[in-house]
Amino acid sequence: MKVAVVKYNAGNIFSVIHALQRMGVDPLLTDSPMELRNADKVIFPGQGEASNAMHYLRERGLDKVIPSLTQPVLGICIGQQLMCCHSEEGNVDCLGIFDAEVKRFVPVGHEDKIPHMGWNSLQIITDTTRTSLKEEDNKSPFKDDLEGLFVYFVHSYYVPVCKDTATVTEYILPFSSAMQKDNFYATQFHPEKSGAVGQRILRNFLEL
Amino acid sequence: MLAKRIIPCLDVKDGQTVKGTNFLQLRQAGDPVELGKLYSRQGADELVFLDITASHEGRKTFTDMVQKVAAEIDIPFTVGGGISELADVERMLSAGADKISINSAALRRPELIDEIASHFGSQVCVVAIDAQQGEKGWTCYLNGGRIPTDRNLFDWAKEVNERGAGEILFTSMNHDGVKQGFACDALNRLASMLTIPVIASGGAGKMGDFRDVFAQGHADAALAASVFHFGQIGIPELKAYLRTEGINVRL
Repeated sequence: MKVAVVKYNAGNIFSVIHALQRMGVDPLLTDSPMELRNADKVIFPGQGEASNAMHYLRERGLDKVIPSLTQPVLGICIGQQLMCCHSEEGNVDCLGIFDAEVKRFVPVGHEDKIPHMGWNSLQIITDTTRTSLKEEDNKSPFKDDLEGLFVYFVHSYYVPVCKDTATVTEYILPFSSAMQKDNFYATQFHPEKSGAVGQRILRNFLEL
Repeated sequence: MLAKRIIPCLDVKDGQTVKGTNFLQLRQAGDPVELGKLYSRQGADELVFLDITASHEGRKTFTDMVQKVAAEIDIPFTVGGGISELADVERMLSAGADKISINSAALRRPELIDEIASHFGSQVCVVAIDAQQGEKGWTCYLNGGRIPTDRNLFDWAKEVNERGAGEILFTSMNHDGVKQGFACDALNRLASMLTIPVIASGGAGKMGDFRDVFAQGHADAALAASVFHFGQIGIPELKAYLRTEGINVRL
């Protein structure tokens, strides 16, 4: 299986590559449109700042390539945010795969610390309520047996709950901790840093 | 709900883990990568690796170890010890560390915190504070608790927060190695005045100490070394216990 990891100016891409290597997959790190199109699976990872990341993607034409991919694509953290329509971070238009706006967390009480950092739990939205999913395409890396399990987050911006939400996590308010639409999947958390649960999610994605 | 974190700390010298009692004596406790993997499997939420080597060769060995940890361990980890400028931070992050911890360097030149936060993001920057409670209140120390400063713990913690650190790792020198519980009063005061998470360190002796540091000290995470290294407390039993005590931990 050919797995491509989108190369762009986001930090900590190597943790995703290490995680794939631990699973016996040797991914290709690339920003070549042809190599991305030819891969069986594409992972769009990263940590970073949204407007800088979008600028890099536009310069290389990847803002057109990524939404047009037809194989399974997994966005991670800033990857999920960039797959939405717009981000408050740097007030930038993004890839528009998910019909959602990325917002900054606003603390309500003193205990609400920003960034949301640490282990938090997943609430799986069952497939029947995931309105954007077609009946015949009822596949998901976010399976019911992940209900209540903990994954690792580091982020200051979030995607509100919307029709593409696959899992919900609560921090200050309920937000989209994972999303899914057609062949596009995304996690706000870092599966590559989420121990055995994260590895299960990555494996589920690779097995799609 | 966000879980309270349990963090084993591994002091590393020349590629081997060691742990001091009251910062002075050192005892041998194993290979850092293997020990880190074991803790990860047992349910540790993060790991901290502190380089206590002074030599240039030791630093190189530590960087190699960080690369191995990044390749083999699938939970977040922080590295500290000997980080005094942006180039050190860059080297550790390139080797695969998720966060770096600075201590004396921040006290000597507080602007380093602003620089790390603006270059790499606040979430990368953990500021460790070693402090001792004496006649003049809580005083911060340099060089692993060897040199006192004129800085007050609470003033310094507030400044660290305002300069853009992502977390504070507070070690009470009065409690460290004594195994009679964490400095819950000071921790509670830190938690109520800061807008960033506090990791409590120093004093873990029994499971009830961890309950107290979360329930009374309001710490976001608890760090310990010897109780884990020498098997006095197992992480799975500790987390099961905390759950029954009503503390939200990842199981």
